[in-house]
Amino acid sequence: MKDADKKRLLREMLFARRFEERCYEAYVERKIGGFLHLYPGQEACCFGVLDAARPGQDYVITGYRDHVHAIKCGADPKQVMAELYAKETGSSKGRGGSMHIFDTAHHFMGGYALVGGPFPLAAGMAKAIKMKGDDDIAICFLGDAANNQGTFHETMNMAKLWELPVLYVCENNLYGIGTRIDRSTAVVDQYKRVAGYNIPSAQEDGQDIEKVFKAATKAVNHVRSGKGPYFLELMTYRYRGHSMSDSNAYRSKGEERMWSDRDPIIMLRDRLIEAGQMSKDEYKAMDTEILDEIENDIIAFAEASPEPRVDELEKYVLADNDPWVHGGGH
Amino acid sequence: MAEIMYWEAIRRAHDEEMDRDPLVICMGEDIGVAGGTYKATQGLYDKYGADRVMDTPISENGYTGLGVGASFLGVRPIIEIMSVNFAWLAMDQLFNSAAKVRYMSGGQLTAPVVVRSAGGTAHQLGAQHSARMEKVFMGIAGLRVVTPSNPRQAYGLLKSAVRCDDPVYINEHELMYNMKGEVPDDEYFHPLEGSEVAREGSDITLFGYNISVHWCVQAADILARQYGINAEVVDLYALTPLDRAGIAASVRKTHRAVIVEEAEPAVGVGSEVMAIINEECFFELDAAPVRVSAVNVPMPYNHGLEKAAIPNASDVVDAVRKMFGK
Repeated sequence: MKDADKKRLLREMLFARRFEERCYEAYVERKIGGFLHLYPGQEACCFGVLDAARPGQDYVITGYRDHVHAIKCGADPKQVMAELYAKETGSSKGRGGSMHIFDTAHHFMGGYALVGGPFPLAAGMAKAIKMKGDDDIAICFLGDAANNQGTFHETMNMAKLWELPVLYVCENNLYGIGTRIDRSTAVVDQYKRVAGYNIPSAQEDGQDIEKVFKAATKAVNHVRSGKGPYFLELMTYRYRGHSMSDSNAYRSKGEERMWSDRDPIIMLRDRLIEAGQMSKDEYKAMDTEILDEIENDIIAFAEASPEPRVDELEKYVLADNDPWVHGGGH
Repeated sequence: MAEIMYWEAIRRAHDEEMDRDPLVICMGEDIGVAGGTYKATQGLYDKYGADRVMDTPISENGYTGLGVGASFLGVRPIIEIMSVNFAWLAMDQLFNSAAKVRYMSGGQLTAPVVVRSAGGTAHQLGAQHSARMEKVFMGIAGLRVVTPSNPRQAYGLLKSAVRCDDPVYINEHELMYNMKGEVPDDEYFHPLEGSEVAREGSDITLFGYNISVHWCVQAADILARQYGINAEVVDLYALTPLDRAGIAASVRKTHRAVIVEEAEPAVGVGSEVMAIINEECFFELDAAPVRVSAVNVPMPYNHGLEKAAIPNASDVVDAVRKMFGK
């Protein structure tokens, strides 16, 4: 990884962290409704993997913890925040919410709220890519608990059977909602579970973005070169509860400290400072700049945006004026 | 206009659409090398190859989801689920992904998949192979539901469903694949909304869909011949959305209605049509509408019990006679 890339990624990760922390505040202020699943702690997974791919061009899909993946693909953070504020200017025009961010212009194909739902959708996108003969790939980010759904097994079988260009990234944060992985899952190492489908896989430290980038580069190259699916497990941790309605009482302070000591942003920052590529003041200035941007541009945009119109409640249920509904005009 | 079988009509629609557009594919269990349980994809594997005529593993939710994902990028999958009883397993991807994605993405994404499945009670297939579950699919916003009663509709509805940008569920019937009927020689696209008058009449409207249209027509013949009652038969080939205007127009003409469904009565086509009649033309009625439905029981294996569980033409005749006091 080049030094310039490290600095850029540090900024991107810090932006994501501050964005999510601001979402937390807005939720407490009741500006954001519904369920809200936040990403702090896991940033190196999204940024390390997608930096090794072609964000905006490769097709990315994930679950409900989706704001940051959308932004990394190229979604405008203003539109993402406006979506959380349920505004017409939101990425899904206020109809989706936190769990359903979409930006198809940047090939971010959505956040889905059924655990394990995106597994087959990603394989289907890979099927379409393969049919069209493009060298794009599909990338599916899900948590460890999704692997206990039937869709995981059904899809791994088909993805390998048809050698589809899809990369499955398992962000293993050790908890399925509030249940620790060893209490819900017979095989704790997730990368081992795809061996039954002959899918190559690896497990990597998901807190160290340089390691993530390296492992993801290998994974992406495998998939893009036409060798079929790949499964990459990244060991990580979410700092907050599963969602805002989670009391987070099932984890010990010691465990939380152990992970926050290996914070992906702090680790990269300290590495850059030690190497003399960045000063502490520079980092602080960057942080201030990000906080200002979030407050003055992003939150201000979301606040000022209009609500969707009630007379457009039924828009987007079905296609508008599809001629084939009436037999194609025959 | 040639007379062909229901399965041949479906096969022809597949073939024409796949020949026209290389992004039209079909997928399902045994549809390729084996040619399809009901022959609806016979010969297509040899013509279009394994990449476009995909024999899937027995993973209904998985391959339905795979088809939905492919449709996000412009592929037009026609997914065959061998039996509606297995389609229960695919409801997650069909309802949660396909039907909702346009709305929850604010119109950015659509899932133009077609899911075809064989429903209905056939011959002693027992509780887990005899479901009539069209009513379950009917209430889902974002999903179109159609159900062909003859080869012409089977052909034309599939043609339109493939081209339409919305996800479409096509409810076929185990016992109808060998039914013969006229299909236009030229390409034909059947509307995905509306209803058809299968038999003109003036004294009462018999509403049917799929196989029950045939029971209604048989009953109408008996009623005319033996009881001097001139029944109209309306074919509700579109179940979502139901044809409110067509239902009301016929009741305004005949002032009486019987709804005939092969499914159990609760939360079904009959109750929905009855609600529409109440809402649209209650004061036009000369008698309270009646449903002829299945008995609410898991389908028994025994032939006599099975026969007793689902309605037939004589049940329709009895219901009409009772209404007229004849």
